[in-house]
Amino acid sequence: MDFSLNEEQQLIVDTTRRFVQSEIIPLEDHLDPDAGSLEPADQDRLVTTTKSMGFYGLDIPEEYGGPGLDTTTRALMAIEMSQHRAGLYNPCYGVFGGAGLAQLYEATDVQKERWLYPTLRGEKKGCFALTEPSGGSDPARAIQTRGIKDGGEWILSGSKLYISGADKADYALIFARTSDDPGRNGVTAFIVDTDTPGFHVRRVVHTLRATHYATELQFDEMRVPEENILGEVNGGFAIANDRLSRQRIPYAAGCIGPAIRAQEMSIEWAKSRETFGSPLAEKQAIQWMVVDNEIDIRHARYCVLEAAQKADSGERFRTEAAMAKLVATEASSRVIDRCIQIHGGVGVTKDLPLERWYRELRIRRVGEGPSEVQRLIMARDILGGSFK
Amino acid sequence: MGIRLEKTWMDLDGETIASLPAQLGVYHVADADGTVLSVGYAGATHLFGIRSALEEELAFHGSRATKFRFEFTSNYRSRWDELLMLHLHDFGQLPSHQQAEQSRVGRLSPD
Repeated sequence: MDFSLNEEQQLIVDTTRRFVQSEIIPLEDHLDPDAGSLEPADQDRLVTTTKSMGFYGLDIPEEYGGPGLDTTTRALMAIEMSQHRAGLYNPCYGVFGGAGLAQLYEATDVQKERWLYPTLRGEKKGCFALTEPSGGSDPARAIQTRGIKDGGEWILSGSKLYISGADKADYALIFARTSDDPGRNGVTAFIVDTDTPGFHVRRVVHTLRATHYATELQFDEMRVPEENILGEVNGGFAIANDRLSRQRIPYAAGCIGPAIRAQEMSIEWAKSRETFGSPLAEKQAIQWMVVDNEIDIRHARYCVLEAAQKADSGERFRTEAAMAKLVATEASSRVIDRCIQIHGGVGVTKDLPLERWYRELRIRRVGEGPSEVQRLIMARDILGGSFK
Repeated sequence: MGIRLEKTWMDLDGETIASLPAQLGVYHVADADGTVLSVGYAGATHLFGIRSALEEELAFHGSRATKFRFEFTSNYRSRWDELLMLHLHDFGQLPSHQQAEQSRVGRLSPD
């Protein structure tokens, strides 16, 4: 495959890199090392900038006013946008805008008016509530939240775990079991306003990602109108699964940025730091770590771009996306670990971003399907369906 | 672990502050009646962690602030947000000088 960038892609990559280096990194010098947001005035100023660049709302489809980037260009941007301290989970602090919940693009016109368009205008926020205390890797079988039809309404009862943004969301996309089928054919997706009686954010769940928390939700006989069903009754798992597959490519790409930045920092450090009378860069142990980093970074980049190109050309990309997610998360974790080792004591301090990337990358090997599930997906494709 | 910060109140004075380790964490500062004046955190930009943060609180509130309670945690950002949410749930609004945070703080129904 040819991974060389065309003229437009190179321009976008260069522009994004300059934006991160000149607009984002200098602001981080004045923020708490675990900060998750910019000062409001800086946020507003940079949103104005990205809008003037034509890059606001990167993931919004072109027909809804987005810039219409292909997956490859979007992945290249994700690699650049994540090359700063908060970049792994909060690339450029969101100043390039969000797209809302991708599933809502499949909603009815009435549902779009009520939830999608206000989200795109920045007036409403949504959250995605799939995982439950009973498990997240096999959601089709783990979902125990029940939906029982009662006239023109459904009554939802149950709980969800590790849900991001639910405490600030105006609505939630909730997946509930609505038939006796114990698998994927018994799950329905509901759009639920979070002020619905019975919707509770019960607690904050603290994680390695110290700047941000997840939440645990509880639904006590929450009454939801029939018209709030997204898609078909008992067809919700396909909606959830579609997101899980499509998300893997940008999710993987975003892991590469911190690895690239950490490698650059380590090279600079190795050339300037002297031990036993010579720079670290002259020590074979350091040289090999730098080389292993480069191999990991290039391998991850190759896998991400291969998956993105297949997606862009309309080919099947499920195996490639799973491989990209697995390789990028694991390779970048190894890179950060080596970079901390190269830096020594300062590498584990909050003076540098390495410790934050180290903590947050560990989550990436679990989130959006752990490495083992990615291997399972690839094994099914390689060995064939009979080995499910 | 309870989600509320229910540690023992300590006197907010220079001597007590100086006796604390320079760790990162979260805290409440209150007046003599126990009214919480600040829900705060000591982050990595505080030179001596909670000592520096409490010295700033003392300088800000003056003699009105008489006591504090704290909890050490490296997750000071998410724990701070949690404490703000709990305060909002329990009292309906944040301490007066922190009301700018109110628009970004989420809602919690812990009971």
